[in-house]
Amino acid sequence: MYQFNWRPVFDNFDLLLKGLCLGLGIALLALAIGSVIGLAAAFGRTHGARPLRLLAAAYVELVRNIPLLLIIYFVYFGLPLLGVGLFDNLWSFVLSLALYAGAYLTEVFRAGIEAVGKGQIEAARAIGMTRRQVVRHVTLPLMFRVALPALGNTFISLFKDTSVASAIAVPELTYGAIRINVNTWRVIEVYFVAGLLYLGACYAIAALLRRVERRLAIIP
Amino acid sequence: MMELILVSAPLILRGLLVTVMVSAAALLLGTLLGIGGGLSLLYGAKPLHWLARIYVDVARGVPQLVLIFAIFYGFPALGLQVSAIVAGILALGLFCGAHMSEIVRGGVESIARGQTDAARAIGLTFALCLRHVIFPQALRRILPAWVNTAVEIVKSSSLVSLVSVVDLTMAIQQIVGRTRAALLFYAVAAGLYFAVNFTLSIVGRRMERRFAHG
Repeated sequence: MYQFNWRPVFDNFDLLLKGLCLGLGIALLALAIGSVIGLAAAFGRTHGARPLRLLAAAYVELVRNIPLLLIIYFVYFGLPLLGVGLFDNLWSFVLSLALYAGAYLTEVFRAGIEAVGKGQIEAARAIGMTRRQVVRHVTLPLMFRVALPALGNTFISLFKDTSVASAIAVPELTYGAIRINVNTWRVIEVYFVAGLLYLGACYAIAALLRRVERRLAIIP
Repeated sequence: MMELILVSAPLILRGLLVTVMVSAAALLLGTLLGIGGGLSLLYGAKPLHWLARIYVDVARGVPQLVLIFAIFYGFPALGLQVSAIVAGILALGLFCGAHMSEIVRGGVESIARGQTDAARAIGLTFALCLRHVIFPQALRRILPAWVNTAVEIVKSSSLVSLVSVVDLTMAIQQIVGRTRAALLFYAVAAGLYFAVNFTLSIVGRRMERRFAHG
C-alpha cells in the first residue's frame, strides 16, 4: 500500500515555486517575441505582396502542424551541429516557444485585422489619413481589442507548453517536480502538487484576463 | 545523403507507425470520453454533471506532459503496472477527452432549442430526439473542432518520447545522435508530421462537405 508523505514535497517547495515563476516569465517573453513575429506575418498575409503572403502562409502552416518538441530539439541540438551554437537551453527554449507562438498569433492577429470593418478604413482614408496613419490609429487599436481574448488564451496555452522545457533541463515547474521525484520518490504527492500549481496559475491568469477584457471592451 | 535516408528508413517508419498508433488510440479514447463527458455536462444529473465539470477543467488546466509523467510514474507506485506506451495513450486520451467534452457540449448547445421542442412535440422520446434530430445537426459543427483537436493530439504524441517510447520524435533523435545529419533528419521529421496532419485536415474538410450536403 502506498504511504503518503507530503513532507519532502513541501521541504522542496521552493523548487516548484521558482519553476512556476520561471515558466510564467518564459511564457510572457515568448508571447512578446511571438507577437512581434505574429504581427509582421499577419500584415504580410493580409497586406503583403504575393511572395510575402506565401512565405507567411508557409510559416504558419508548417509550424502549426509540427510538434513543439521537434522545434525545441532542432534549435537546441540541431543548430549547434550546423555551427550555430548561440543559445543555452533556456534561450533555445524561449526562441522555440516564440517561433511556435508566432504561428498561432499570426492567425489571431489576422482574424483581428480582418474583423476591422471596411467602412472604418474608408472613413479614415476619406478624412485624409495616410495609409500608415490608418494602420496606426484605426486598424491596430481595433485589431488589438478584437484579438485580446484569443491573445489571453494563447498565453495560457504557452504557459502550459513551458512544461516541455523540462525535456532540455530548463528548471521550470515540471523539471522541479521531476527532480523532487527523483530525489525523494514521492511520486503521487509531487505530481499532485505540481498539477495543482499549474491549475491554480491557469485559473488566476484566466480571471485576470477576464477583468482586463471587460475594461477594454469596445461595448461595455 | 540518399544512403543515409535509406539506412534510417526502417527506424523512421517504425517511429511513424508508433506515432500514428498512439495518436489514433488516444483520439479514440478521447472521443468516447468526450461523448460521455459532453452528454454528462449537458443532461447529467447534478453529481454526474459536477463530476464531468471537474474532470474537464482539471484535464484542461494541467499540461499534457505532467499528465503523462503522473500516470507513467504514479500508477506503478499505486500498484498498477502500465507500460510507457499505455501511460502515454491514457494521458493523451484523458486530455483529448476533456477538450472533446467541451466540443460536444458546444456543438449540441448550438442547435436551436426549438428543434428539441419540435422533436418532443411530435412524440420522439429523448433518446430518439438526440439520435435523429440533435446529433446529425451537431455533428456538422463538431467536425471542424474535432479535426483541430486530432491535429493537436498528433503533435502532443511527440511527448511520449520523454517516457522512452520510440515514436517518430525519439527515432529522429536517435538517428541525429548517431549520424549528426541534423538538418536532413529534422526536416524529414517535420515533413512526416506535416503530412500526417495535413492528411487529417484534408479528410476532415471532405467529410465536412459530405455532411453539409447530407
